[in-house]
Amino acid sequence: MPTITRVALVGLLAALIAVPAAAETVKIGFITTLSGPQGAIGEHMKSSVELALDLLGRKVGGLDVEVIYGDDQVKPDVGKQLADEMLKKHKVHFVSGVIWSNVMLAVAPTVTGAGTFMIGTNAGPHELAGKMCHELFFTTSWQNDQTPEAMGKYMQDQNLTDVYAMAPNYAAGKDMISGFKRYFKNKVVAEVYTQLGQQDYQAEISQIRAANPKAVFVFYPGGMGIQFLKQYAQAGLRGQIPLYSVYTVDEISLPAVKEAALGQWETRYWSPDLKNEANQKYVAEFRKKFGKMPVFYGAQSYDGIMLMDAAIRAVKGDLTNKKGMIAAMRRADYKSTRGAYRYNVNHFPIQNFYLLKAVQNPDGEFAMQIQRTVFENHQDAYAAECPMKW
Amino acid sequence: MILGLVLEQTLNGLQYGVMLFLMAAGLTLVFGIMNLVNLAHGSLYMVGAYLATAFAHWTGSFFLGAVLALPATLLVGVGVEVIALRTLYERDHLDQVLATFGLILFFNELIAILWGRAAIYTSVPPLLGGHLRVLPGVPYPTYRAAIIVVGVAVAILLWVLVTRTRLGMLIRAGASNRTMVGALGVNIRLLDTLVFGLGAALAGLAGLIAGPIYSVQPGMGEEILIQVFVVIVIGGIGSIRGAVVGAVVVGMVDTLGRAFLKPVLSTVVSAPAADKAGPALASMLIYLLMAAVLFFRPEGLFPARGRS
Repeated sequence: MPTITRVALVGLLAALIAVPAAAETVKIGFITTLSGPQGAIGEHMKSSVELALDLLGRKVGGLDVEVIYGDDQVKPDVGKQLADEMLKKHKVHFVSGVIWSNVMLAVAPTVTGAGTFMIGTNAGPHELAGKMCHELFFTTSWQNDQTPEAMGKYMQDQNLTDVYAMAPNYAAGKDMISGFKRYFKNKVVAEVYTQLGQQDYQAEISQIRAANPKAVFVFYPGGMGIQFLKQYAQAGLRGQIPLYSVYTVDEISLPAVKEAALGQWETRYWSPDLKNEANQKYVAEFRKKFGKMPVFYGAQSYDGIMLMDAAIRAVKGDLTNKKGMIAAMRRADYKSTRGAYRYNVNHFPIQNFYLLKAVQNPDGEFAMQIQRTVFENHQDAYAAECPMKW
Repeated sequence: MILGLVLEQTLNGLQYGVMLFLMAAGLTLVFGIMNLVNLAHGSLYMVGAYLATAFAHWTGSFFLGAVLALPATLLVGVGVEVIALRTLYERDHLDQVLATFGLILFFNELIAILWGRAAIYTSVPPLLGGHLRVLPGVPYPTYRAAIIVVGVAVAILLWVLVTRTRLGMLIRAGASNRTMVGALGVNIRLLDTLVFGLGAALAGLAGLIAGPIYSVQPGMGEEILIQVFVVIVIGGIGSIRGAVVGAVVVGMVDTLGRAFLKPVLSTVVSAPAADKAGPALASMLIYLLMAAVLFFRPEGLFPARGRS
């Protein structure tokens, strides 16, 4: 065979080998809850991931992307199985999502233990912010305690006293009340824990009326919140005793309760009316594509994709360069829907928290509206326990 | 003041009991007559709530919506019985549990496809939106008072139906000895379908009443179903009287436990211990009660005659 042909053949072979390398696909496993009563949250997260991919031209960090969705059914064991399958079968580069803290505590160590990135987009259990922090774990949301801390701070600043506190009787319920009390130092007249998933609060509401506190603080996520708000308004307490809450009124529950939520106070790190370019684009595009208001679960998931996009770009598409991607993510150098923020040593955001109020817009729509900033650049209480060095 | 609170909480307990009764009546009849464990009873409650909301939205009136939703839920129930459940009566309870659990998944997904997964908006009709003054200083929501009235009316109607009519006689006979009723030439298939439809309509009624105060969302039926099973186990399977007593007892014990157990405990043990034990114990009370009933009267407080 003439040399020239051999050279050409080698060149062709090299080109053939090189082509798949250049067209590498980034694989993302996204775990959320897509069935059952809590499936509404997962639907918002999935929609926001898809929207982020659309706006990035279906490429993440300039690479083709494949997202594998998994439904955890609110069960830690199912979440762990999904993570194992994504790691071993699909060989994903990132696992993302996860709504529930107990699921996160099962999923995150599995993923980071296998040397893969875990980008949380909701749950922020204190274990992962403290002793269990990991260089491959990042979150685009918050540490669980931060939001009730903000409410505690606001109510303390208002010098409210005789507060009646209520939450469901499980781990997160107790965390919310203790987070609240970390900043609220005035008198709490009662701490009431109700059954998880309870439907009827009339008995508790009668007790509130009898105790006649100056304010009520509650944590009732999902359907529990809808029930509590309706019954609180029907009992005629809405106009009498102001109600403050965390994770109780959001853009998913607001269309179901409407006027029963009017005047409700919440704290949050994000709201659809937050004025920055990235957020206005996200909200407008989401409303255009899905015909409803986005919710913070979605904004975090959208941010998760944008964070990965920036990290892969920083290492020029070299997915094996994990050190480079960690360094890039630590800079949080992307257009977040909450505006610019920094990462703490434990890879949890240092960010602002706002006071929101449920209002009715002139067009008749019910919405959460930012009233004021409660915390600027607020860090979580567990970062000091994290041994990680940058 | 304390007397007013006790009265208010008693009303709350009665109202909760009435809700449980509407669900339990249908479930206990179906269990008693067809010997069918119908886990999908909660799905019919959900269907009732959604249909009432949809019809109310369509007609612009809560009451018209309710009137339309009742026969519609009855039809859904009859459809379920004829298509899916009829072949299960002779099978053992495990097969029935599996099949009706499948129905729960089916209905939850169907509702999620039709109306979405997020909870939908419902509100109390303006006519029932205010408050009644039961005692000075004790305002009580009119809607909740109306629930008590409806529940008592339904209980009386059912009592008349079961004890004073021919259909009721057949229902009682069917609960005692199904084979014998069939042997006497009664079309037991038709009776099954009728009873199941009636149970479905009652579940639908509970659902449409629950709409304005609870969260109307897929899976709402399963949240109440467990308490309803406790009611029929306490009351005695197959007996309407048992369902009434069981429902009121469970409603009262649960409500009064949630309201007063913690303050009562704190007079006996230290306050922090009462804070910890109170909520845990309050949520266990109805199950403790059920265990006690099962121990002393395994067939329930008022079992249907001829069973055991």
